[in-house]
Amino acid sequence: MSMQNNYVSENFIESRKPPVLRSAGWSIARVAGTAWLTAWIISGLGILWFLAYSNDVVFSFGGPDGFGVTADPKFLEKYGPKLISGFETTLKLVAISIGLGALLSIPMTAMRMSKNRVLYSIAYGYVYFVRGTPLIAQIFLIYYGAGSFRPFLQDINLWWFFRDAWYCAVLALTLNTSAYQVEILRGSIQNMPKGQWEAAAALGLPKWLTFWKIILPQALIVSLRPYGNEIVLMIKGSAIVAIITILDLMGETRRAFSRTYDFQSYIWAAIMYLIMVETLRQIWEKIEQRLTRHLRR
Amino acid sequence: MEQILELLSFGPDGWGDQILAGVTMTVSLALATLPIGLVVGFLIALAKNSEEPSLRAAANVYTTIFRGLPELLTLFLVYYGGQILIQQVLKFFGGGTFEVNAFLAGMIALALVFSSYASEAFLSAFRGISKGQYEGAYALGISRGLTMRLVIWPQLLRLSLPALGNLWLILLKETALVSIIGLADIMRYSQMASRTTKEPFLFFSVACAIYLVLAVISSSGLARVEAWTRKGEAKR
Repeated sequence: MSMQNNYVSENFIESRKPPVLRSAGWSIARVAGTAWLTAWIISGLGILWFLAYSNDVVFSFGGPDGFGVTADPKFLEKYGPKLISGFETTLKLVAISIGLGALLSIPMTAMRMSKNRVLYSIAYGYVYFVRGTPLIAQIFLIYYGAGSFRPFLQDINLWWFFRDAWYCAVLALTLNTSAYQVEILRGSIQNMPKGQWEAAAALGLPKWLTFWKIILPQALIVSLRPYGNEIVLMIKGSAIVAIITILDLMGETRRAFSRTYDFQSYIWAAIMYLIMVETLRQIWEKIEQRLTRHLRR
Repeated sequence: MEQILELLSFGPDGWGDQILAGVTMTVSLALATLPIGLVVGFLIALAKNSEEPSLRAAANVYTTIFRGLPELLTLFLVYYGGQILIQQVLKFFGGGTFEVNAFLAGMIALALVFSSYASEAFLSAFRGISKGQYEGAYALGISRGLTMRLVIWPQLLRLSLPALGNLWLILLKETALVSIIGLADIMRYSQMASRTTKEPFLFFSVACAIYLVLAVISSSGLARVEAWTRKGEAKR
């Protein structure tokens, strides 16, 4: 026993030292990255300084009450509440359009996937038109274009609808998003593996039940991410309705800028849009994590 | 019918020549933006693919901002912000006035948006190229620059082309926004025509039809380019 121990210890091989780590040093990538990040920080500070400067923020040190801040936010007092109401209008517009668009997209998807030539062509043409033309052209076509049919629209008592910029904006955005939602829904349903249908058929399930209980739930999980992207695109796209006099966040911003020529109105709008979009991304991430927890290993 | 044809004719009474000028403007704006957006987008994808955390972080700030802002707001920020900034700088150096060109502002704003989306397309293409490709090139003694040019880039192009094609179609449509700051493109001329002739539906339909035609032409062109990039692939 002891001999063996000796044998082992005598032939013990000295462990080699690990290779010397080359110091990372200042590679080109690190120089570029640091410079770029510094540039971001400086521009961020510049924007903060600009906002403080525009609102006459003054820091005072060593006065009678020690440290103090005074500000004279004339712009914010007057236009701040308006920007917030514009923010709400944007949210409302997007929520209504996405909701109505989702409702409209269901029959449209059925038509798009139907074997009936006529139904298919209508849905296909609609989707192709919406996806191939700019949103701004669609909004103008509805809002200004309706003027060409004014006598007719008055006859059928629909003029009140097309006269109102808000209704036209909702209609245009709804039609726009529903076409994109048709593509999302169709793509995710048609990309389900055929085996899912076949297995359900082998079990003797009727087709509608297969669709409702097996295909659709899986398809909706696949389409979760594109749906989130579509909402983000709608938030961004809805800024265009400001051009037809809707006072959403963009509209209020433009109005405030045209009255004061104070550039901070655009800065605030940018901050608010970024907050909106990033919050939605975070929420969507959470929803996705929750709904796909059975798929993770 | 005859009246419509007259309104769209090329002549003193028709709007045909103006609309054609608008089409040229739209196409040249999109074509001028494309190379800048592609190059910047590629550089940003390289930065995001880098091992250096500071570079990744800086690139992520860029894409978060320009993918989160509405395109219209980016355009206004560049147009009015650029104007104010340049004026301040000129004031500092003593006088002079400068008007920011709508074309230039549109090009910069669209390139900012395009490049941040394109970087995502390039990045996912980068992820689609296996590590073995780099290692194989390294084993053959090919330098890093040559590996990028001869091994990675051809595959990257093929993998990212479908997404880039989509971005091109989106870019074509987004050029319509620049009409708001006064660029004389398709939208601008159709607005002018519909105001003068009181035929808004006709002219905005024509504008939509032109955008559709541009999209159809681009799609067929893109299909050809895609077929070309797949030429080397083994037939299965």
